[in-house]
Amino acid sequence: MTTRALSVEGLSKVYPTGSRALEGVSFAVERPEVVAIIGSSGAGKSTLIRCINRLVEPSAGRVRLGATDIVGLSRRELRSVRRRIGMIFQEFNLVERLTVMENLLSGRLGSVGFVASFLRRFPPQDIANAYALLDRVGLAGYQDTRADALSGGQRQRVGIARALMQDPDLLLVDEPTASLDPKTARQIMRLIRELATERRKPALVNIHDVALAQSFADRVIGLKQGRVAFDGPPAALSAATLTEIYGAEDWSQTIRHVDDKAETTLSAPDA
Amino acid sequence: MVQRLGTKTAPLTWRRRSPAQSAILWLWSAAVAFAAAWSVSALDIEWAFFADAHEQAVDLAQRMWPPRWSYLPLIVRPLIETIHIATLGTAIALVLSVPLAFLSARNTTANGFTWAIGRALLVASRSVNTVIWGLVFVAIFGPGPVAGICAVAARSVGFLAKMLAEAIEEADRGPIEAIEATGAGTAQVYLFGVLPQVMPVLIGTTVYRWDINVRESSVLGFVGAGGIGLYLYASINQFAWQQVLVVLAAILVIVLASEALSAWVRARIS
Amino acid sequence: MHPTPSPATVWRRPPLFGSLWRQRLAVAAVAGYLVWSTSTLEVNLERVLAGFPRALDMFARMVPPDFSRWQLLMNGMVESVQMAFAASLAGVLLSIPLGIAAARNLAPGPLYLAARGFIVLGRTLHEVIIAIFFVKLFGFGPVAGLLTLAFASAIFLGKMIAEDIENVRPGPVEAVRATGAGFGQVVVYSIVPQVLARAVGLAIYRLDANLRHSTVVGIVGAGGIGQTLSASFARYEYDFSLAILLSIIALVALGEWFSDWVRRRLR
Repeated sequence: MTTRALSVEGLSKVYPTGSRALEGVSFAVERPEVVAIIGSSGAGKSTLIRCINRLVEPSAGRVRLGATDIVGLSRRELRSVRRRIGMIFQEFNLVERLTVMENLLSGRLGSVGFVASFLRRFPPQDIANAYALLDRVGLAGYQDTRADALSGGQRQRVGIARALMQDPDLLLVDEPTASLDPKTARQIMRLIRELATERRKPALVNIHDVALAQSFADRVIGLKQGRVAFDGPPAALSAATLTEIYGAEDWSQTIRHVDDKAETTLSAPDA
Repeated sequence: MVQRLGTKTAPLTWRRRSPAQSAILWLWSAAVAFAAAWSVSALDIEWAFFADAHEQAVDLAQRMWPPRWSYLPLIVRPLIETIHIATLGTAIALVLSVPLAFLSARNTTANGFTWAIGRALLVASRSVNTVIWGLVFVAIFGPGPVAGICAVAARSVGFLAKMLAEAIEEADRGPIEAIEATGAGTAQVYLFGVLPQVMPVLIGTTVYRWDINVRESSVLGFVGAGGIGLYLYASINQFAWQQVLVVLAAILVIVLASEALSAWVRARIS
Repeated sequence: MHPTPSPATVWRRPPLFGSLWRQRLAVAAVAGYLVWSTSTLEVNLERVLAGFPRALDMFARMVPPDFSRWQLLMNGMVESVQMAFAASLAGVLLSIPLGIAAARNLAPGPLYLAARGFIVLGRTLHEVIIAIFFVKLFGFGPVAGLLTLAFASAIFLGKMIAEDIENVRPGPVEAVRATGAGFGQVVVYSIVPQVLARAVGLAIYRLDANLRHSTVVGIVGAGGIGQTLSASFARYEYDFSLAILLSIIALVALGEWFSDWVRRRLR
């Protein structure tokens, strides 16, 4: 039996205030695919993503990355597992005052000692990978630029590269496009999808824009009030399903197949 | 005769404060006045002194003139020593304040107990004046600049660490979370996620404290902790007023210069 | 994909001050300063090294703190508090004319310059130096301390008030002047309201600062707990010294907490 990439069983989260963010969420990711998680605000999307790497502590349930059950681990073991999970954030979460290169290298902090990281002495292979990734996300030459000198789209590219520096077994992506304009949002989603597919990495992408989810995901999981309301291919998303997840709307505009063959893959990032 | 009656929305009188507010204000004023009277009466002031005080002051000023410039070469070394004491003391405080700040910040300290220890150290350091620290360290290390440097450091650690701890508590959670999510150790999370964010505060506060410390170091000599203070004290006790003026002028120069330098550096940082 | 040259495997952080040479220069300057300062300081290394066992000895003598002479302690503390309080009040009163005299938009030229010069002089001199002068003029005891703190407070508050007056929004001032009000009325109606809130907060802050300084002026004989402390050190009564130090810490910490509380309530 091949081990599943990610297996979530009966995941629940109840906050001290009593609000039940997640209730018995279960799904499995068998192979490298891009899984979009959709749902209205408060449906539990962000909580789900954060429970997987325990940035939020689950109240009940199991999360297995490969063969390792994450929920029961000690802090030390948790750190070790987190190195295998790369996370991309809505607000980019770069260290503003550091350069792009340092932000990339921070993805490798789990593997170098404290003194080495203080002196910025990382293994040559890491540096070579960093340059390669910079090139791949279209930011070649930006290694010495300070992070706060970049635009939103550029920062997210750095965030994506940082996550990939870990060479993770899983990508967790939390609303990568919410802080970006529509055109940049599409570029970023395309980049994430390309990289996940190229490097054969499963990715869980929390996204609120249904159209983007449909264009770039292999599979969609819809959450409603902390429960799984839909789990299937994007093509199977009907108006009825969307109404159930989000509420009544004119969904005809959203359910369309965008023809993006006309847009090139490696367009120069001006955003 | 026309009687004018006030209506509810347009009363005849206007009062700035409601009766309750007035009462509170009166109570506070009374308390302050009472405390002032108590303080002054308890201090047993000889009002007779005040009568000729201004004559004495003028007499003193006259005795200071003209300044004895020949004294100046003798105090150049102590002046430089004063600056060294301030600078080295501030540098030591800078190094020690970083761990203390992480200990005293709610989001980076290990538990409630360590936070309490950090805060206690902060309070102790800040509540004791530099000169009093000077007394303590002179008793330990004997008279000389070492006591002065330790005194400056002891007072400044709390000042720097408090400012830094506030900055750490206000640091943006996002980058910290991101570094945690890569599986980095706690120390590395602080090094990469927190420290870069609080650098401007650290440097600005250090430079500001250095400038205050130059002023403080000028009097450490009074308790034997080195610097120009000793020469000032000696000159005053010998009633060598013209020398005193020269020393005061020298202190004025270095304090003003350090203030200007500090303001310039801090302006360049922001 | 375009062919890439063999990738670099080394990366150095870009130098802090723009160029590598400037960074090296800065590092060399700092190192040079450290060497120069430590070598020119007259440090008796033996004495310093002997200091560590001395420190241990001193700590042993300090603990447990001796509170038996608590009446003497209390007298010193009460004296310090009285000094601080009276001086703050006096300082507030004195700072008003000083502040007005040092405000460019209210005071005539020469008066402004004299007041500003006075403020600069007062700020540069440490309060201990000022205390010595008052001791020479008024003799040992808390009167000198009171005057020292009052003087220092007046200088500090005067500067703040002058800056506040200068930063006053000219609109309301002009408006009141336009009604034909006299100088005093202009001050009371347009300037005071703008300045008052901050002024009260500053006065409370100064009370707390005076409390700290009142502990120190006693070292030169100007009264307060500083004098008690200085005497105890001179007599090697370290356990009493520790008691005094702890009391000072408690007093100052309490004062600061009180000051923060009042200023928060004022907002």
